[in-house]
Amino acid sequence: MSTILVVAEQLGGELKSATLPTIGFAKQAAAATGGEVVVLVLGSGASGAAEAASRFGASRVLYVDGAQYADYLAENYAPAVVEVAKSVGATVVCAPSTTTGKDFLPRVAALLDAGFVSDAIDVAEVDGDVVYKRPIWSGNLIARVTSHTDITAVTVRTTAFEAPAEGAAVSVETISVSSGAATNAAFVSFDQVKTDRPPLTDADVVIAGGRGLKSGEAFGMLEELADKLGAAVGASRAAVDSGYAPNDWQIGQTGKIIAPNLYIGVAISGAIQHLAGMKASKVIVAINKDPEAPIFQVSDFGLVEDAFKAVPELTSKL
Amino acid sequence: MKILAMVKRVVDPEVKVKLTGDAQLDPSILDYKLNYFDEYSVEEAVRLKESGAASEIVVVCIGSGDAQKEIRTALAMGADRGILVETDEADRLDSLTKAKLLAKVVEREEPGMVLMGKLAVDSESNAVGQMLAALTGFAQGTFAFKCEVDGDTVTVGREVDGGTSDVKLTLPAVVTADLRLNEPRYASLPGIMKAKKKPLEVIDPDDLDADIDLDEPAIEILGYELPPQREAGEIVDSVDALIDRLKNKAKVL
Ligand SMILES: Cc1cc2nc3c(=O)[nH]c(=O)nc-3n(C[C@H](O)[C@H](O)[C@H](O)COP(=O)(O)OP(=O)(O)OC[C@H]3O[C@@H](n4cnc5c(N)ncnc54)[C@H](O)[C@@H]3O)c2cc1C
Ligand SMILES: Nc1ncnc2c1ncn2[C@@H]1O[C@H](COP(=O)(O)O)[C@@H](O)[C@H]1O
Repeated sequence: MSTILVVAEQLGGELKSATLPTIGFAKQAAAATGGEVVVLVLGSGASGAAEAASRFGASRVLYVDGAQYADYLAENYAPAVVEVAKSVGATVVCAPSTTTGKDFLPRVAALLDAGFVSDAIDVAEVDGDVVYKRPIWSGNLIARVTSHTDITAVTVRTTAFEAPAEGAAVSVETISVSSGAATNAAFVSFDQVKTDRPPLTDADVVIAGGRGLKSGEAFGMLEELADKLGAAVGASRAAVDSGYAPNDWQIGQTGKIIAPNLYIGVAISGAIQHLAGMKASKVIVAINKDPEAPIFQVSDFGLVEDAFKAVPELTSKL
Repeated sequence: MKILAMVKRVVDPEVKVKLTGDAQLDPSILDYKLNYFDEYSVEEAVRLKESGAASEIVVVCIGSGDAQKEIRTALAMGADRGILVETDEADRLDSLTKAKLLAKVVEREEPGMVLMGKLAVDSESNAVGQMLAALTGFAQGTFAFKCEVDGDTVTVGREVDGGTSDVKLTLPAVVTADLRLNEPRYASLPGIMKAKKKPLEVIDPDDLDADIDLDEPAIEILGYELPPQREAGEIVDSVDALIDRLKNKAKVL
């Protein structure tokens, strides 16, 4: 009997949507290994997030309340997760592959002496082994791996799994842990990018801009198009590096991994590290004035045109 | 303060992937270089030394004998000496196994700070730094775009989902570099000449006495496969045609 522990992600008491496909992964892992799914929420006055997580098919939902979880800090999260993982007899501990999950879960893995699988896109039982698939080399290769440790820690690529269907809620169990607050690390600040648009990783439509836009102001044109389509706005690394867009908008190997129904890349060349973040989109559109731009090699529809002409025209005609 | 900079010799991500019949990598295609993210962490170490915050920079790599080349690259950027934990199995080692080896080097060297990349661009674990921090009990500042040392603390600005976040860590700490931390320098010719004479110690992993089994790492790679390939689609000649395809063919509008 295996126990798959999902560490949920919440911000200010609100469950982050990345948690749901992670529960989806956990259910698939539980099916492969014959086990159950337990969800853990850490927070301060954040039981609402635990309630929200309780309707997606987990056998148990555990909530730990503590002032040290009010703001996220790896040094505070990791010992608590380790304690709970041991107490529930977890065989797999997983978290979404967000910057939070990527930060604390390897720390948890090391403390548990657990093998670590990064960015899993599949899990299955094959000839007695639990086999995970994970993309490597900027998404150009997929590795099949298995773990030889008693516990395995896994970050989950959320675009690869579905959120489970909503059903009856299980009651949230509030539990306590003995670990306190770290003395060698302190949270100072979180500078949040404010936006009324959907988050990049949840949006059905994403409009992304690249260095070819040549200024932050030019992103305003993408925002107008995005508002018309209810889309999120993203950017290439070069556009972020140039200061045209905030780092939170970056799509790619070092940014967000997205898989919307529709991705429209504007003045983006299509470097492999950018493709690594959006190649799983259902429909890819590229607008670029260079017909040789590599992004056309992966686009369903390409328009060879100056962005400053094409984007306003597109916005006005939709 | 002594800084350890952990560097990896990685497969150049631009190589065209080729698999053998038994789902392994065709070694003939492989081309190696210093991990991009480690150029940023080495650069940061050199800047900390230039500013007087650091006194010595030691570059550490777990790799084959050939990885001396990548260590020399970091020495040419301004690091002082190198340590190669030599094993031909380096490419097969998982994050936990590597972190355990590096933790032993940290124990020996007692640095005030460990600088690493956030990600190895080939195996893409994004984990060794955090694991090393856990094993040594150090605080961690990951995905750093800012690294400000002040006495016995470091303030790390982190690139995170939703924006940026600052954490204040008591040294010793592990800091992992993101790509907006700095602009790595090119090694100068005198730098390259000097690097050839800088000390480079080679260690046998067995001598580190880490709790690992190099023949059976925690995570075993069973094989590889190619992801589904996307085909180039249609080039449309106007915005009207694009709208038509999105509405009537792809049905996404
Ligand atoms: C380790 C590493 C990690 C990386 N991670 C990422 C990542 O996560 N995400 C990412 O995006 N990149 C990443 N990169 C960077 C990547 O390699 C490219 O440098 C980057 O994606 C290029 O951005 P770009 O396409 O906006 O700029 P460019 O390559 O400069 O392309 C600009 C494009 O705009 C077009 N253009 C110019 N003017 C116009 C106009 N008026 N109208 C229409 N088109 C126009 C040009 O034809 C050109 O194709 C990474 C690189 C490294 C080394
Ligand atoms: N073989 C290695 N030798 C030394 N440092 C390494 C090695 N592998 C990974 N690292 C360090 O860990 C960082 C993150 O790598 P990874 O967790 O493998 O993605 C790298 O940027 C290096 O600083």
